[in-house]
Amino acid sequence: MADLTMEAPRSRLRINSSAVVMGLYLLFLMMPIYWLVNMSLKTNQEILSTFSLWPRNLTLQNYVTILTDPSWYMGYVNSLIYVVMNTVISVAVALPAAYAFSRYHFMGDKHLFFWLLTNRMAPPAVFALPFFQLYSSVGLFDTHVAVALAHCLFNVPLAVWILEGFMRGVPREIDETAYIDGYSFGRFFVKIFMPLIASGIGVAAFFCFMFSWVELLLSRTLTSVAAKPIAATMTRTVSASGLDWGVLAAAGVLTIVPGALVIWFVRNYIAKGFALGRV
Amino acid sequence: MDKTVNHKAWFLVLPVLALVAFSAVIPLMTVVNYSVQDTFGNNQFFWAGLEWFDELLHSERMWDALGRQLAFSAIILAIEVPLGIFVALHMPKRGVWASFCLVLMSLPLLIPWNVVGTIWQIFGRVDIGLLGHTLDKLGIAYNYTQDSLAAWITVIVMDVWHWTSLVALLAYAGLQSIPDAYYQAARIDQASRWKVFRYIELPKMAGVLMIAILLRFMDSFMIYTEPFVVTGGGPGNATTFLSIDLVKMALGQFDLGPAAAFSLMYFLVILLISWVFYTVMTNLDKREGV
Repeated sequence: MADLTMEAPRSRLRINSSAVVMGLYLLFLMMPIYWLVNMSLKTNQEILSTFSLWPRNLTLQNYVTILTDPSWYMGYVNSLIYVVMNTVISVAVALPAAYAFSRYHFMGDKHLFFWLLTNRMAPPAVFALPFFQLYSSVGLFDTHVAVALAHCLFNVPLAVWILEGFMRGVPREIDETAYIDGYSFGRFFVKIFMPLIASGIGVAAFFCFMFSWVELLLSRTLTSVAAKPIAATMTRTVSASGLDWGVLAAAGVLTIVPGALVIWFVRNYIAKGFALGRV
Repeated sequence: MDKTVNHKAWFLVLPVLALVAFSAVIPLMTVVNYSVQDTFGNNQFFWAGLEWFDELLHSERMWDALGRQLAFSAIILAIEVPLGIFVALHMPKRGVWASFCLVLMSLPLLIPWNVVGTIWQIFGRVDIGLLGHTLDKLGIAYNYTQDSLAAWITVIVMDVWHWTSLVALLAYAGLQSIPDAYYQAARIDQASRWKVFRYIELPKMAGVLMIAILLRFMDSFMIYTEPFVVTGGGPGNATTFLSIDLVKMALGQFDLGPAAAFSLMYFLVILLISWVFYTVMTNLDKREGV
């Protein structure tokens, strides 16, 4: 009993100090984002003339501008097209490969696994010029396919590593029982194994989506007009004179939306995904 | 888990191999090709041997960029790793608040990199940005487009803002794996807070922290978009890191030879770090398996 009364005030104090630390840290994280949202809801005139912590004349005009002007909203459409293409390709080819790495030893498996990692770590800057030349020479320059394939450079290894991390958690006995029951490899994989690692597939797809969505250098290098991504559309506006801060901020807010929408579902896997399926 | 030997597994890996070979090996071969040749345009190439490598190793520009790059990586690691651990130790262990913190902390990680740049470009402006305006009102001279120190501080604070959560989330994952019994034993022994951290929490976090440090080092080593959007590498060359310099050389000036030689050496460094990363990972997997 004496022990309990000693313990109570101290633990409450600790919770409070934790809350203060977390509160400050989250404030630091949210402030720049808040400022962007704040600006996106102001008119350009208000941004430049008065300095206020919240919008005085709330306006959605900036968002209307983006959603009605094709040169703006096509940026989002283009980005979405190549990002979805890339996600589908990456996960589809990574699934069997990850299964092989998690279940079997084969000639050169370790070297191959390591080589995949080096591609995830490769600086896009190194590949920008050769990609530009490669895709120009095969006539894919300025297409969605080119960007989707280019992003496979780092997303396929990422998907393989993440999926392998999830698959190793599934006991081998399940595979063996299924084979004894007369399942073929294909049927076993689709009917039994994939439902078992459904969350892993979701996480891998999410991270492929994310890393393709946030990348700018390669997508900008490989496109000019027809497949121009939103990221490139935004940088163009920055360099123009007399730029429209409100619209720029609104465009930024809209790029955050896809991540913010699904973040709740992957919250427990964020660390695992960034650490390539380990942790 | 013991795996069976099965060389037919190669067929399962084949699609990945073909795809990554197309998007990695062919471009890399192009780079190797350019790095030993010289051109005067019109697609006419001459054998240049190791000339470019030689020139590069003696070029001040490359060493300066490398120096800036290493300084940048060192500074952000020195800030992000302790700060990340500190935040992880103060995160709620479970419940709604834990989820709430996880979601808010992950948010910066999912923002497109150029938007991260845009956010800080706006945030730091003296006329319309909260940070710049506040500093200005406090009488602190701050202008990241003119003053290289201010540019550096902006880029570093931006990276801390962007990536500290990653270190924190990984450290948090490590902390979650510590059984309550360890803490109870420590309480019985009347261990101090510092000793609990030093002898229980830190060893348990060592593996994930190593991953976090390597990931942060690697990604900061090839940082391009964020500083490019905020400072464009300036003022002057103050924030021109390796990737920015390389893109300037390859796509801006089309100096194929030197750029290719540069790329190869850059890639070799990455290869070396990847190998360390891989060794750490496989050791970690082994320890888990025991």
